[in-house]
Amino acid sequence: MTIKGKAYIAGIYEHPTRHAPDKSTAQLHAEVAKGAIEDAGITKADIDGYFLAGDAPGGTWPMVDYLGLKVRHIDSTDTGGCSYLIHLGHAAEAIAAGKCSIALITLAGRPRTGPMPPRAAGAEADFEAAYGATTHNAYGMCAMRHMQDYGTTSEQLAWIKVAASHHAQYNPHAFLKDVVTVEDVLNSPMISDPLHRLDCCVVTDGGGALIVTTPEIAKSLGKPQVRLIGHGEAMKGPRGGKDLDLTYSAGVWSGPRAFEEAGVTPKDIKYASIYDSFTITVLMQLEDLGFCRKGEGGKFVADGNLISGVGKLPFNTDGGGLCSNHPVNRGGMTKIIEAVRQLRGEAHPKVQVKNCDLAIAHGTGGLLGVRHAASTCILERV
Amino acid sequence: MAEAKKYPAPIINAETTHFWEAAKQGKFLIKRCTACGEPHYFPRSICPFCFSDKTVWEESSGEATIYTFSLMRKSASGPYAIAYVTLKEGPSLQTNIVDCEIDKLKIGQKVKVVFKPTDGAPLPFFTPM
Repeated sequence: MTIKGKAYIAGIYEHPTRHAPDKSTAQLHAEVAKGAIEDAGITKADIDGYFLAGDAPGGTWPMVDYLGLKVRHIDSTDTGGCSYLIHLGHAAEAIAAGKCSIALITLAGRPRTGPMPPRAAGAEADFEAAYGATTHNAYGMCAMRHMQDYGTTSEQLAWIKVAASHHAQYNPHAFLKDVVTVEDVLNSPMISDPLHRLDCCVVTDGGGALIVTTPEIAKSLGKPQVRLIGHGEAMKGPRGGKDLDLTYSAGVWSGPRAFEEAGVTPKDIKYASIYDSFTITVLMQLEDLGFCRKGEGGKFVADGNLISGVGKLPFNTDGGGLCSNHPVNRGGMTKIIEAVRQLRGEAHPKVQVKNCDLAIAHGTGGLLGVRHAASTCILERV
Repeated sequence: MAEAKKYPAPIINAETTHFWEAAKQGKFLIKRCTACGEPHYFPRSICPFCFSDKTVWEESSGEATIYTFSLMRKSASGPYAIAYVTLKEGPSLQTNIVDCEIDKLKIGQKVKVVFKPTDGAPLPFFTPM
């Protein structure tokens, strides 16, 4: 049993807002759902499966009721920022099994307007909560150890932000549109060593949605056809403290699973959407997914290698979370959306990859330096 | 520096009572599985490796080396050093490095456990040896 080719992404929508104090979070979910429905050319009544994560107010039945859905399949898997990549894989499974035929996936929230509700505590809380792990320092600890083990430098990490900024300048909705240099990154304030302010993603309100469906329905809709051909998911944590290694992520497991199912290799990929919560996140994922050898990520990203039209692996051509958008502090949704734009040929002409027929969308969720999930999706234009 | 910092009291549950009672005596405990021999931290009643329920408490030397750290500079309560340290007994754990000049910390540096008071049981931290 495989999901290869069993599900197509028929509709995408990224909310143009980056700051929405005048809207409710549920309203943003409805607006992105409406956008994806219209992009796909279906109606709300056609939707029979719904996938949502912890950002959806109230969870399953409140959201189904609020949106006025009538579904026969529901999935509220929450793995932080990569939830939506996992949802895409799960939607393909449900569609392949006949449990639904048109699935909606939504993400929306407003961390720029106000603080996000805290997550429920895990069993580790009393042994960790007092130490003040945050996104910044949890990723900072990964970067610090990566530098120690592999000689990775702040200059190399900065190239990831530089590449994202080169793409963001063409995105009218990008939160940060200015092109930056390696020096700009290194001269920005230190937030949590060795990560500078410009090593960090933006905090934005907003959201996005997807419509996922069967091959037959997708073909009937008249849109460029983009299908999922491989999917992987995995989790990693300190696991009792044995053999701790913060220089790799759960992507070392989710990536190979996805590539194997798809029957392709990293060399075949024309465009990569890689979750960029921080520059170090991208560097580690490139290594973990096999785009370069472990420890060689720094060399791989240097000199503009991630810039579309310049380097060997164009990435995050919308400007990514580092420059464009990071709705709800969860980057997985926008990663899928930009990959679909590239495969449809709908990316900005300045960053559109030529003959882009194979793309990867990959992300992590949770804290890379503490406990996290990873999910990899391989997408193909038919 | 962290001297005035107020730490939250741990919420003690049946699985971890013994750990916190020992902490009140200045003892830092880890768990060891007598079936597979592996030590682990934080403590579980069932071994996270072999899933045996034959786990026992063991007093750690409290000696460790810094595996990695990051100096959090954007904090309302002032900068602090979050770290993972690897205990002499094997397990690595998350902590803060305290009572030191955090700008001088290095990966591989030797540290030892030090307890800090809360309104309940004291919490383990690490400080350079």
